Amino acid sequence: MMNMSAIAFYCISAFILMTGLLAVTNSNLFRSAISLLFSLIGIAALYFWMEVEFAAAVQIIVYVGGIVVLIIFSIFLTRGRQSHALSPLLKIGIWCIGRTGRCSIHVLLIAENSWKAGDGSTFDPSVRKIGFLLVDNSPESYVLPFEVVSILLLAAMIGCIVIAIKSRPEEK
Amino acid sequence: MSAVPLTHIICMSSILFFIGAYGFLTRRNMIAMLISLELMLNSVNINFIAFNKYLFPDNIDGLGFTIFIIAIAAAEAAVAIAIIINLYRNTRSIDAEKANELKY
Repeated sequence: MMNMSAIAFYCISAFILMTGLLAVTNSNLFRSAISLLFSLIGIAALYFWMEVEFAAAVQIIVYVGGIVVLIIFSIFLTRGRQSHALSPLLKIGIWCIGRTGRCSIHVLLIAENSWKAGDGSTFDPSVRKIGFLLVDNSPESYVLPFEVVSILLLAAMIGCIVIAIKSRPEEK
Repeated sequence: MSAVPLTHIICMSSILFFIGAYGFLTRRNMIAMLISLELMLNSVNINFIAFNKYLFPDNIDGLGFTIFIIAIAAAEAAVAIAIIINLYRNTRSIDAEKANELKY
């Protein structure tokens, strides 16, 4: 029984997988980044399909607006010779990945009936609940990880400036 | 919504994860490796939200973890790109095979 929702899901996932495959196989780095952009937009559409609008908005703002732009800037800053040296472990790696992927998908299909579905309560990812989840003085909220992540972001920002700053050549 | 079983979403995200792992092993360009890494992190995020929505719909902890992962991925991408640009200034190359000065 296919309805519109299922058809939308399969279209979105085919789009994500196709653009993801293009992103990792295209030898032109800029086209690879553009494919990654479309793959991330498809993942945001999947979040919209799952009715998690906040995650979709965060996905578009942070990934599409931030990380992809950063990657494209760094591609233009480091335009150099493109070499295709492949590591000797490549064949073993690809074989292991293909085998692991097939095994995991088989296990998932077998385990389909062993997952206990939710108790029928509605999934409510409103921003109000997310706010109470992140910063609240109840023991269930994630205040400490929230603060740790904020310190991590500050440290990463200062670290990036220290690493990438252009050291001035010594005068005299 | 209920027309699609949970396993199809999980299968889709695991295929995306293995596409990312394939790219991470086969590409030697550091920015291409970073792109593959972003795909892998996103497949993990899809897993968190799908399990949260299908199996534990009465709380939203999986969504909270997704938000933390996105924040950490942003910090990681920024630091990685700073390192790559600094490496390019020093060696004029962003090939992972050529960044071996610390090896010996």
